Amino acid sequence: MKRTTVLAAALAAALTLASCSGAGEQQTGDTADAGAAPGVTDTSVLIGTHQPLTGPAAPGYSRISVGARAMFDYINENGGINGRKIEYRVEDDGYNPTRTVEVVKKLVLQDQVFALLGGLGTPTHSKVIEFLNTEKVPDLLVSSGALMWDDPAKSPMTFGYQVDYTREGKIQGDWIKKNLAGKKVGLMFQNDDVGRDSQTGLDQFIAGQIVSRQGYDPANTDVVPQISALRDAGAEVIVCSCVPAYTALSILNAAKLGYRAQFVVSSIGADPATLTGLLQEFGKRGGTEVSAGQLLNGLVGTGYLPDVSRADDPWIKLLREVHQKYIPNEQLTNTVIFGMVQAFTFAQALKAAGRDLTRQKLVDAMSSGALEGPGLTPFGFTQQSHSGYTGAFVFKINPDTTTTEIQPPMVTDRATGPITPANLQRKTPQEINLFGGTS
Amino acid sequence: MAGKSTALRDRLTAGTPAPPATRAGMPPLVRHLLLALAALAVIVALTFVVDPFTNVRLATVGYYLIAVAGLTLLTGFNGQVSLGHGAFMFIGAYTVALLVLHVPSLPFWADLLLAAAASGVAGTLAGAAAARLHGPYLAGATLALAVGLPAVTQRFPELLGGSNGLAFTVNSRPAALAGTIPTPQWQAWVVWTTVLLALVVLANLTRSRFGRTLRAVRDDEVSAELAGIHIGRTKILAFVLSAVCGGLAGGLQAFLLGTAAPGSFTPVLSLSLLAAMVLGGIGSMWGALWGALALVYFQAWSEDLTHALELGTDIANNLPLAVYGVVLIVVVLAFPQGIQGGVRALRTRLSRLRRTEEGHR
Repeated sequence: MKRTTVLAAALAAALTLASCSGAGEQQTGDTADAGAAPGVTDTSVLIGTHQPLTGPAAPGYSRISVGARAMFDYINENGGINGRKIEYRVEDDGYNPTRTVEVVKKLVLQDQVFALLGGLGTPTHSKVIEFLNTEKVPDLLVSSGALMWDDPAKSPMTFGYQVDYTREGKIQGDWIKKNLAGKKVGLMFQNDDVGRDSQTGLDQFIAGQIVSRQGYDPANTDVVPQISALRDAGAEVIVCSCVPAYTALSILNAAKLGYRAQFVVSSIGADPATLTGLLQEFGKRGGTEVSAGQLLNGLVGTGYLPDVSRADDPWIKLLREVHQKYIPNEQLTNTVIFGMVQAFTFAQALKAAGRDLTRQKLVDAMSSGALEGPGLTPFGFTQQSHSGYTGAFVFKINPDTTTTEIQPPMVTDRATGPITPANLQRKTPQEINLFGGTS
Repeated sequence: MAGKSTALRDRLTAGTPAPPATRAGMPPLVRHLLLALAALAVIVALTFVVDPFTNVRLATVGYYLIAVAGLTLLTGFNGQVSLGHGAFMFIGAYTVALLVLHVPSLPFWADLLLAAAASGVAGTLAGAAAARLHGPYLAGATLALAVGLPAVTQRFPELLGGSNGLAFTVNSRPAALAGTIPTPQWQAWVVWTTVLLALVVLANLTRSRFGRTLRAVRDDEVSAELAGIHIGRTKILAFVLSAVCGGLAGGLQAFLLGTAAPGSFTPVLSLSLLAAMVLGGIGSMWGALWGALALVYFQAWSEDLTHALELGTDIANNLPLAVYGVVLIVVVLAFPQGIQGGVRALRTRLSRLRRTEEGHR
């Protein structure tokens, strides 16, 4: 017994030595220089990302980096940006925040990437945002619509990409109020910022129509309790603020329960091709053949990038060319397009940052407000705002899983401002002229 | 009856003087402390020569080591299988996270001790239930712990951050060292100091009378009981100790990575810890070290391999896990006692070889 006491005392004493001040939130005293340019050589620039290539969010999302890589291959084959080829390093974090921190530290400390592009996921990326800003690593086009990426005062190196969940929620709520007036609405949402921020927007318009709110945890694939609760509450409309796997699970379980409701799905989980694949796969696992067309028919979703089925769009033409040339065996979905557009947008900022590259110059190029790209709504990037796409259009899925736009692109703010038509004059790929002229 | 068993116990333990003399003629506590000091010196020296990220990896090995060592004590020494050890890491991580966020004035060592205490309490409760269960029932109950506990974050999203979890930065570095010692290096020191101290305690306990009691219960509960050992109490104590180790591991992980989120503490984590223990060698604390190294480096190497080979994404995504599985199978087939068993066999063969050579001379 006595020996244990001695040991305990020794343990306590050693730990006391290990630390003398409080452990609370504080600056660590480390400083990094945004004027530096690690990962940049005369002929190349190394960037990195963390993606869920395995784990609960991998279905669908694992294809984003495939699209981005194809776009970088295309850019590199055309001589790169300002004479530099882009090296794109993808690390798998399995949508596990602990792994995210590990792989991002590896990318920054060991691989010495110049910038991070499109780090995916709210629960994951929120754990590295402070590290990246302390290390002064440009953290561009985060693949999430949480509001926290748009905080230039606290996180000057971080920039959003997607329309944020509150803006999207407002546009969805407004559409439901106008088109599904008086119907009972049930919410199905990911129980984190995805859900919270979406509801901030939805509630501005349809708080009175909502009869039930059901959260899911991305680690638990059983959504029967939530869907049953929505059915029992009499919800005629289900607003799903969910990633693709959980959109598919919700649709499938509703069908299994014989529960027919109008689904309204956020852009993060409304890609028809991805949903089709997931529905078929989950159906097969459950031992049944499902007709995705039948299940998805009439589903309403929101989006901000040109849909893959818009054959006449000049951007879709370019993306299809890139797809044909570099990843012909990969199905071209809106999720793949998400990655391609992300890569293209990054390349634009890299070009604007100039040949004499530093991290600060890249960040300045991002916040110059000059970035125009394939999106159907404008970016919100300025010195004061690091917000990505600022609005969305509403579409409906047809029986053959193509989509039809049922409300043109609208823009709004993240507070209580009005929702107005986007009226965007989109430049064509030729007008952006990514490879011409050296700055 | 009580008198009889006490007499029997006295007889059983009479032959072993405490503390037992060791090879070096030192009491085990002194020897273990010296070993730990030497190990710490090696690690501190190492942190100066390697790059910052290797420091992070070193620290990662450290916290996995203490988690696996706790499991070794429970399973290897006491024969209780736990499929839910990640739950104690969860408790440790969230305790540190909450203390850092809400009681910022507390020094980090106090946070860590409280994290260990919190998981100790949880371990007592789990252990009390576990002491009544055997084999598959015990495995099932502990697995339920790993599956169920992270769901608590869903119940209290305001406090625990829901699926998002908590993000924070732990500041523990003395102001005097700021600017001279980089953060990752300092973190590696703190992690390994804690881990080595905890290991000294564990090594000492397993070599003491308590260790023999643990093994007696593992090998034959009936004869242990006949020898006057309180089975339930021993089992609970083993559970508490291993839970404390798990809590320390979780607390150190939170310290190192600045995050506590439910997505990090899935049943997969618990099973990886178990696999690491089997891979390293169940019956020995050294096995925990091999297991922790394997956990960190197999993943890293197989990822480097996939980057180097530029494999298709679908193969690359699943290769790390596949490599780990194959290595586990090969090692267990070749050395049923794990890597440490292999090391031991090698050592025996070498010394035998030397002896025969000397005999020839």
